[in-house]
Amino acid sequence: MRAQIEGSQAVAEVVVLCRPEVIAAYPISPQTHIVERLSRMVKRGDAGSCQYLNVESEFAALSVLIGASAAGARTYTATTSQGLLFMAEAVYNAAGLGLPIVMTIANRAVGAPINIWNDHSDSMALRDAGWIQLYAETNQEAADLHIQAFRLAEELSCPVMVCMDGYILTHAYEPVDVPDQTAVDTFLPAFSPVQVLDPNAPISIGAMVGPEAFTEVKYLAHQQHLRALSLIPEMAGDFERQFHRLSGGLCAPYRMEDAEIAVIALGSVIGTIKDAVDELRLEGIAAGCVKIGCYRPFPSLQLRAALEGVSRVIVVEKDLAVGVGGIVSADVRMALQGSAVPVHTVIAGLGGRSISIASLKRMVIEARAERLNEPHFLDLHTTVIDAEQSRRREQRRAGPIAEQVLRAVKAIGAKAT
Amino acid sequence: MQTVRIHGRGGQGVVTAAELLSIAAFADGRYAQAFPSFGSERMGAPVMAFCRIDERAIRTREAVTHPDVVIVQDPTLLHQVDVFGGLSAQGYVLINSTRSVEELGLDEFLNAFPDGHVCVVPASDIGVTHMQRPVANTPLLGAFAAMTGLVELASVQSAIRQRFPGALGEANAAASKDGYDHVIACLSQERSDSHHARAN
Amino acid sequence: MSTQRIKFYQTGTYTAGNRLLDEEARTVQSRMDRTNSLNSGHRACQGCGEALGARYAVDAAMRASHNRLIAINATGCLEVFSSPYPESAWRIPWMHSLFGNAPAVASGVAAALRAKGRGDVRVIAQGGDGATVDIGFGCLSGMFERNDDVLYLCYDNEAYMNTGIQRSGATPAFARTNTTQAVGEVPGNLPGTGKNVPRIAMAHGIPYVATASIADLHDLEKKVAIAMSLEGARYIHIHVPCPLGWGSDPAHTMNVARMAVESGLFPLFEARSGRVVERTRIRHKVSVERYLELQTRFKHLLDPRRNEAAIAAIQSIADENIAAYGLLG
Repeated sequence: MRAQIEGSQAVAEVVVLCRPEVIAAYPISPQTHIVERLSRMVKRGDAGSCQYLNVESEFAALSVLIGASAAGARTYTATTSQGLLFMAEAVYNAAGLGLPIVMTIANRAVGAPINIWNDHSDSMALRDAGWIQLYAETNQEAADLHIQAFRLAEELSCPVMVCMDGYILTHAYEPVDVPDQTAVDTFLPAFSPVQVLDPNAPISIGAMVGPEAFTEVKYLAHQQHLRALSLIPEMAGDFERQFHRLSGGLCAPYRMEDAEIAVIALGSVIGTIKDAVDELRLEGIAAGCVKIGCYRPFPSLQLRAALEGVSRVIVVEKDLAVGVGGIVSADVRMALQGSAVPVHTVIAGLGGRSISIASLKRMVIEARAERLNEPHFLDLHTTVIDAEQSRRREQRRAGPIAEQVLRAVKAIGAKAT
Repeated sequence: MQTVRIHGRGGQGVVTAAELLSIAAFADGRYAQAFPSFGSERMGAPVMAFCRIDERAIRTREAVTHPDVVIVQDPTLLHQVDVFGGLSAQGYVLINSTRSVEELGLDEFLNAFPDGHVCVVPASDIGVTHMQRPVANTPLLGAFAAMTGLVELASVQSAIRQRFPGALGEANAAASKDGYDHVIACLSQERSDSHHARAN
Repeated sequence: MSTQRIKFYQTGTYTAGNRLLDEEARTVQSRMDRTNSLNSGHRACQGCGEALGARYAVDAAMRASHNRLIAINATGCLEVFSSPYPESAWRIPWMHSLFGNAPAVASGVAAALRAKGRGDVRVIAQGGDGATVDIGFGCLSGMFERNDDVLYLCYDNEAYMNTGIQRSGATPAFARTNTTQAVGEVPGNLPGTGKNVPRIAMAHGIPYVATASIADLHDLEKKVAIAMSLEGARYIHIHVPCPLGWGSDPAHTMNVARMAVESGLFPLFEARSGRVVERTRIRHKVSVERYLELQTRFKHLLDPRRNEAAIAAIQSIADENIAAYGLLG
């Protein structure tokens, strides 16, 4: 049923429709509304015999699901930022063991400095752990991706992260069509595990693998993961046929047919970029954009095809590889290897800084005029940077960076301590 | 697209107001996007919530910097926070207060807005009348419907009843009608005053 | 610094009662030279029990260490409301690292001070129940078993409050939180779950474990002073009502805390090397209902119908504490 609801509410309702059997929950902003609603639904009896565990940490949350999944249950949790990193060892473990766990990442910046607002540094930190990573543009897509995620995970025996921008999507009210149970059941069959702890057929899970076989195990996992590149479009097609809307897929182009300059991004910022593209078009600039919906595995061929004919690419990303620059842009460059198309890296929206249509338009114009530095930090406050850098040159015991920058930005207590 | 920014303090239902507004717009067959200013806000701290309303699907996620409508649920914020920052010169203003624009010290600024774009509503008092508590958000939503016509009062009331069941929902719905009526009277008074002013 | 035990029978603990005491024994808060380690201007909610408890506890630790104290704070309400950058309410060296590592970080600071021969500087670690009882539990146990020279202060408001009221391992039976809602067969938090961390601390055999409450601030200061006179791992578990999360009147935070103590639900005691050595007797025992009725997180047990079984279960928890600690003399 289509209703004006909160993103977190939509996700929780859809997750229950997917008939999870074990949910583990540890609260962390901005995922709390999801786990709170799930707890209420389970406790009220809306989720059958689903077990809901309030655990003592994120590491425990994923560990609980590793056990539950290995015992044949369909499993779910949600986390973000610090929580995702706290469970990092378990994230690798779940992928290595091939357990089809589905986890929502309510994308949030990773500290220090502690920051509760949106960016992609959390999911980017674990992009190579072997989980499939899907990114939602809207709350409708976030809800739909969870349904696809369970089916994808169980078909491949590979865990899936559904990434949705913290606060921007989780706490936004917008129209979402939450499907009915029958429709979800038709799309998502019961979980049939590839491996399960069963007294009737005992197996050992979690063997130690030495140099003689580790490479082969990893190669096989890599191949399995790559299968998602064909499975995801198939699944998106099935989803469209059944639910009559486009959701998911590897990448989605917008006004790319005759685009001269393409902007690439993940997540909700694509919406803002589409508005910027429309405005640029009215001003005579042939801009277009490509949303990367599946980031892991990376859809190199599909992206390359989507960028066919383009003369300039700008990657707008909400993350930073400290000491290197872009993360997504590196993958894009790899996909475009051999082509002479210039690829710009634009670091934007870190720690929740708003990305405006005006700034995006300016960015495109500057890129076209080859005036964009590399990597370019969108809307960087250069005066603050200059002041801080010269202060640090003058004083050895300069104090914590974050505090000093905030002082400069807020212009409070600007006297030297 | 119209954007609304609501100012208040934590615990006053500012976020709820924006959500209800978006639900009302949805009921009217429009698209709406509502979201709070996010942060570790505690009770009593200044908070903001936003609502975008449009005929077409809303795609942008940028922060609202230039609202078309500003609603001030807590008048103690008027001279503490820049509640009117970015407001368009053709924008709308609704303030919860029992004092007049002059008494609030805002006449110079607010008189520059077009006729019918500024109203002061005793929303907390309306809340006390109906809910025995100074709840200002639902009266202000009714007032918003009357002033801007961006949502129907009936949709505001159905959103309220959906959120607050039973007697509480009815009381809030009635309060929103009072807010609505107050603005209608205020606008008609304004038209009558300016008519008289022109006539003299 | 010696401690003098005083009971105020005529005036009760509503007053500071310092005139009656030797100067040495007067409360830290009554002194002009108190450090106000947690200074005014922080962003805690009205009636926050944790802000009050932290101020008293840290100032007492500062006095005991002659103002040479380093504080490590876990993520949580106290950390968030005391450090709204670029401002900080802390007047002492203070660091926040992560949610689950405060005990370990504090152990590290203590080790560094030892390596540098700075025995004069002492270390405290502090966190809410979430950080202490759940996510930081492993690190806490590590600090205990190594007997690292750290005083750990746990401010227990019985849920994850900073993130919006979710259940922790310290949430009491039947309490409503947003992840243990008052719906279903057993409303609120499931009884029979949860951890008693003071007793777990005792099981580690550390030099000093105590429970305290903002209901008795003299007692809280005294316990911090005793703890600071010792070396090794020490733990004080402080009960701090949260008006927002508990649904109580912010003006009545002290009374809510008092009812928890007087009903026996929150026993006040001290332990040394794993043995209880001292307890505070209840002066005017009250039934647990006097406590429950002050908080909407227990409202579903009283309204619209009384849940007699749940109330009786909570009463028996209180009665067991009274028996176990000899709280009625």
